[in-house]
Order: sequence, then structure tokens, then C-alpha cells
Amino acid sequence: MPELLKAPLVVEFPFTRSLGPVQSAFLTGLRERTVLGVRTSDGKVLVPPVEYDPVTADELRDMVEVSATGTVTTWAWNPEPRRGQPLDKPFAWVLVKLDGADTALLHALDAEGPDAVHTGMRVRVRWAEERSGAITDIACFEPYDGEAGTEAAPHDGQFEDRVSGIVAQARLDYTYSPGRAQSAYITAVAERKMVGERCPSCAKVYIPPRGACPTCGVATREAVEVGPRGTVTTFCIVNVKAKNLDIELPYVYAHIALDGADLALHGRIAGIPYDQVRMGLRVEPVWTEGGRYPDHYRPTGEPDADYDTYKELV
Amino acid sequence: MSAGKEPVAVVGIGQTKHVAARKDVSIAGLVREAAQRALADAQLTWADIDAVVIGKAPDFFEGVMMPELYLADALGAVGKPMLRVHTAGSVGGSTALVASNLVASRVHQTVLTLAFEKQSESNAMWGLSLPVPFQQPLLAGAGGFFAPHVRAYMRRTGAPDHIGSLVAYKDRRNALKNPYAHLHEKDITLEKVQSSPMLWDPVRYSETCPSSDGACAMILTDRAGAARSPQPPAWMHGGAMRSEPTMFAGKDFVSPQAGKDCAADVYRQAGIKDPRREIDLAEIYVPFSWYEPMWLENLGFAEEGEGWKLTESGVTEIEGDLPINPSGGVLSTNPIGASGMIRFAEAALQVRGQAGEHQVDGARKAMGHAYGGGSQFFAMWLVGSEPPQS
Repeated sequence: MPELLKAPLVVEFPFTRSLGPVQSAFLTGLRERTVLGVRTSDGKVLVPPVEYDPVTADELRDMVEVSATGTVTTWAWNPEPRRGQPLDKPFAWVLVKLDGADTALLHALDAEGPDAVHTGMRVRVRWAEERSGAITDIACFEPYDGEAGTEAAPHDGQFEDRVSGIVAQARLDYTYSPGRAQSAYITAVAERKMVGERCPSCAKVYIPPRGACPTCGVATREAVEVGPRGTVTTFCIVNVKAKNLDIELPYVYAHIALDGADLALHGRIAGIPYDQVRMGLRVEPVWTEGGRYPDHYRPTGEPDADYDTYKELV
Repeated sequence: MSAGKEPVAVVGIGQTKHVAARKDVSIAGLVREAAQRALADAQLTWADIDAVVIGKAPDFFEGVMMPELYLADALGAVGKPMLRVHTAGSVGGSTALVASNLVASRVHQTVLTLAFEKQSESNAMWGLSLPVPFQQPLLAGAGGFFAPHVRAYMRRTGAPDHIGSLVAYKDRRNALKNPYAHLHEKDITLEKVQSSPMLWDPVRYSETCPSSDGACAMILTDRAGAARSPQPPAWMHGGAMRSEPTMFAGKDFVSPQAGKDCAADVYRQAGIKDPRREIDLAEIYVPFSWYEPMWLENLGFAEEGEGWKLTESGVTEIEGDLPINPSGGVLSTNPIGASGMIRFAEAALQVRGQAGEHQVDGARKAMGHAYGGGSQFFAMWLVGSEPPQS
């Protein structure tokens, strides 16, 4: 049995976010070293603020300013900070109820070790030197033994040059494995063989194989070499440049039923002007040196396949 | 309590004005707007809602994991059941159907259902085209995926090249009558559609859907709720969902079996024998214009191979015999997760007689349709101006 393939898969997007009026005031406030909350219908002060009342569903717009000092309500020690976390040395995740607020804010506490952290300890905001209107404008919290802050005070939420959106860098790190059947397929393709699997129940040959027949729901095991020649069952001519995809436009993206396969796989057609590609065209794979899969498929020169011979595969 | 299912009525409908980018609101603010319009339409308050059922496209699109959790406050869902439905592009339809089942089964009396997408803050194209290791990157986005199936339809039926442009021209003109539609191309002409760039031949730029920010909400209720409704309700006569794998040997991408089965189930529930004659209009999910004739056949409005003839002869125009997408359709408005629910809601608006300038005269029975994934999920309902016959 061939080796089970594995590779890292990083999914990473810079998502934008429109903030709406409440988060816009909150984040702009942080830039100005001002912590804003919102007052609910029953008079509670929520920090961070929300747009809609968690109890009554009323729209909340009554902004208030709270202190930059507060009390830890609970915490967890983080011995091994990861990329993108607030501090690059061990720290405590803390929920901090700021003076004047009725709810707690999640952030990081810079502390020497877990023994230096306790519920009820007093802390204050350590502001980032460079602030842009983001939660990271609070660099972290730090221990504080000075005076307590005051009650929440009304604030109109207005600032010059308000922040209306943020960019949230999201990233997920996976270890991807295509599984047994596709590992075998990919390994064979790299050796220039097209190997699918036959369903023991319906006898259909799947390429690429998925390890199970999607119709019968049974495992497939029997390897079947197909092609390498095949028939273009349908296609489109791509005129849209996709980033990270180094293919000259226009190009033909085709569904190709390899001889002996019961459904088409997808490939690029070249070696023929794009506007002469047609359904029924007979093609064969073309590998480049060291390529893991065929670079493209080119015409074999055979007569076109009759529509009736492949229409069930379209 | 009577036996059988409780009849389900649509008594409130709300949409946002769909646009390319709603930078003035958060996601919470966007869904709130649609929900409040639906409540106002039904003259109900948050307290009248027993449960909330929400849908959107995959989380990768906006990158908010489980946004329904954060949207509970905005939708008055605190202390109530809140469910999220996932079925790719068909999700707006499936979401409404899950909500309808809660009423039909008498689990709840009045349910708010809502779907949304903020495509301006999304990465739909890349969310659909992850760089999966060992796979040869060939395409990005949905257009290139569906274009070969359009070509297969043309080959199978002999449809002439201009049918796709006719659909786009019709839907964009219809959108001019719908104040909530995203695209309002006041100077649209058939020539402009036909001279727009070919993106994924045979699909032209003007034959594709836009990217929109928007939300759509409906309030579904039981007979007692319908009796209190200040506006005429739309009554649900049938609803169904069907799925099939994205790819399997024998899959018919042009006319998927799951779509046929789903429609047949809806017609059976609604007592429809001849959809072409008995249904007054349909809002069907057409993200690429050629899918109008394709779905006309799949849904049984035309014989196989004949769908394009209905389009060509003007039957599907707003003043035609079977108007398709009088709202302007997905081709004019596409907040992906909401697009299916907009189809369902527009069908309901029509049978309530409240579609305004794009109202189809005498609309008594209308179909709402959605599909998603690689033509693998289907969701449909049929609504009428009269209660279903028990």
C-alpha cells in the first residue's frame, strides 16, 4: 500500500468588517485611550459594548465612558503563547470588570507567573504606543494598586475621524491528508498512470477514487488503470485570471472521460487553438518533467467520439 | 387539535435594499434591519416570536465562525431556540423550510426565519477555491464550474446561443421594478448584454450574478397567527428538500435527479398535476442566466429540451404566461446565503398581492426554488393566496 500523503494546508484571509455605530465608537475610543461601554434598558453598563440588548433586544446607543482600571473576575494561565496572541511571553488570559462596568472584558494580563495572578486582583490598561482603533490598542492589562476608578459617565461616542471598519486576519492551519484512495491515485499519477477504483456493487470506475462509491455507499478497493486517452465531454473557455494561478488566458477547462472511467475528471486542454476545442475531442495527458499531475491534455489526432458514446458521462 | 400538519402562513416579509457594500452596518445591523421590516409587516414584536431559524453561506465567506451565536441579541433570540441551517447556496430556501416544519409540527406557533450574506466583507471566490494540497489548481469561483454544464445543456437541446442573453436582459429589466434589487441598470439593452465580455465561454459577464450585501426575513405562523394577520397571508401548499452527491457516475448536471424529485414532492403535497398550467409564476435560483431554461425543464415547467423555447417565446417575461423571476432574480441580487430565501419570500409577496411594481396580475400560486453546492442541494416551496385544502 502506498504511503498516506499529508501536507500542511493554510487557509488565510484578510476579512474586512464594517463596525456599525457602537463598535465604531468603542474602537475609535480605544485609539483615544478612552474605554466606552453601552448602557442597557435596565441601566447595566456593558463593556465591551453591544448593539442590541441581550435581554430585551432593544437597540442600544447610550454610550458611557468607564475607567481604565478594573478587577480580574477570572483567569487562565497561558504558558505557551502562539502566533498573533497579545504577548510573546507567558501571560494570563483575564476577564476584567472595568470600574464603572457591569460586565467583563477578555484580554491579556502581563504577570510574572500564575502565582502572581488571582481573582479579585486590581489591574489597569497598558495602552499600546501606536493605536489604530482596534482591540490591540489595549496592549494588555498590568497589575495596579492605585485608586479605583469612578462611575460610568455619559459620553456622546463622537470622535474626529472615526474608525468605521477593521481588517481581521483570519488563519487556520490544517494538516491535510487526501486519504488512502486519493493518496494511491496521486502517487500513481506522479508515475504517469491513471488509476481509479471500481465499485464492487455497481461496477462503476471512479477516477479520482474517493475510497467509497457515492451511490452505493460501499468501500472501493479494486484498482483499475484507465486511459490515458479520453474524450472531452464538455468544457468552457476561461477568460478570467485567477490569482495564484499561472495559466495564460484564454485557456480551456474541460471535463475529460478517460477511456474506461465512468465519470469525467477535470483538466486543461492545450496543443490546439482554444476556439477549436469541441465536445467529443479525443485527448491524452501531457506530463512535464517532475510534474505531479498532467500539465494538460492534448488532441490525440483520432476522429472525434460520437456524442452517443459519451453523452451519459456529460 | 386536528390531526395532520398545521397549515403554515407567511405573515411578514422584510428585505434590506440589496447593494454591493453596506459599510454603514455590522452583520448584526444588517440582519436586524430585515427582521424589523418583517415584524413591522406582520405588526408583531420580538415577544411574539417563539423561535429563530437563520441561514447563511459557509462560515469561510465572512470568516465569522458560527455567526448565529453573536446574532442572537440582534434577533431577539435570547431565551428562545435559535437554529442555524447550512446547505450552501440553497440555504435560504432550506432555512425557511426548517422554520416551516417547526410551525407545521406545532412545535412553535410563530417563527422568525432569516438569511443573509455580506459579500463585500467576504471571500466567497477564495472560500470556494481553497489551495488543497496535491490538487491541480485549474479554476477559481463558481462561474467556471457551471459553464461546462451550460454548454452540455446547449448541446443536448440545440438551444441557440442567444437564450442566455435573453434571460439576463429580462431579469435586469424586472429588477428595475423592484426597489430592493441590487442591480438597477436603467439603460440595459439586449445588445449590451450580448456585447459584454465572455468570462467562462459560453457564459458572459452580464449573464452572471452580482455580489451583494443583504438580508431577507420572513415570519411564519399557524392558522391562529394568520387569522390575526393585518395583511393577507401567503399559505404554504408544499415544501421539500433533496440532496445528492456533488459527483457520481451517472450524475446529470444539466437536470439533477434530486431537483426533479424535490419538485415532484412539492407538487404532490400541493396537488399540482400540471405545473406549467397551475402555477402562476416562479422565483427560481438562476445565478447564471442559462439556468433559467435548465431549471424550467428540471422543475417540469417544460418537457426535456424545450425549456429554452419558453424563454425565447417570452413566456417567462413578467407579462408572459409563466413569469420567471419578476423580482429580477439572483441575476440582479445575490447575497449568497439570502438568495434562496429571497426567492421564497418573493413568491410569497406575489400571492399576497404585495409585490408592487413587479406584481404579477392575478398571482394565486407561486413557486420559490433554491439550489446549492455543485447542484447537489435543492429546496423548494409552493405558496398560494388561499389556505391549502385539507
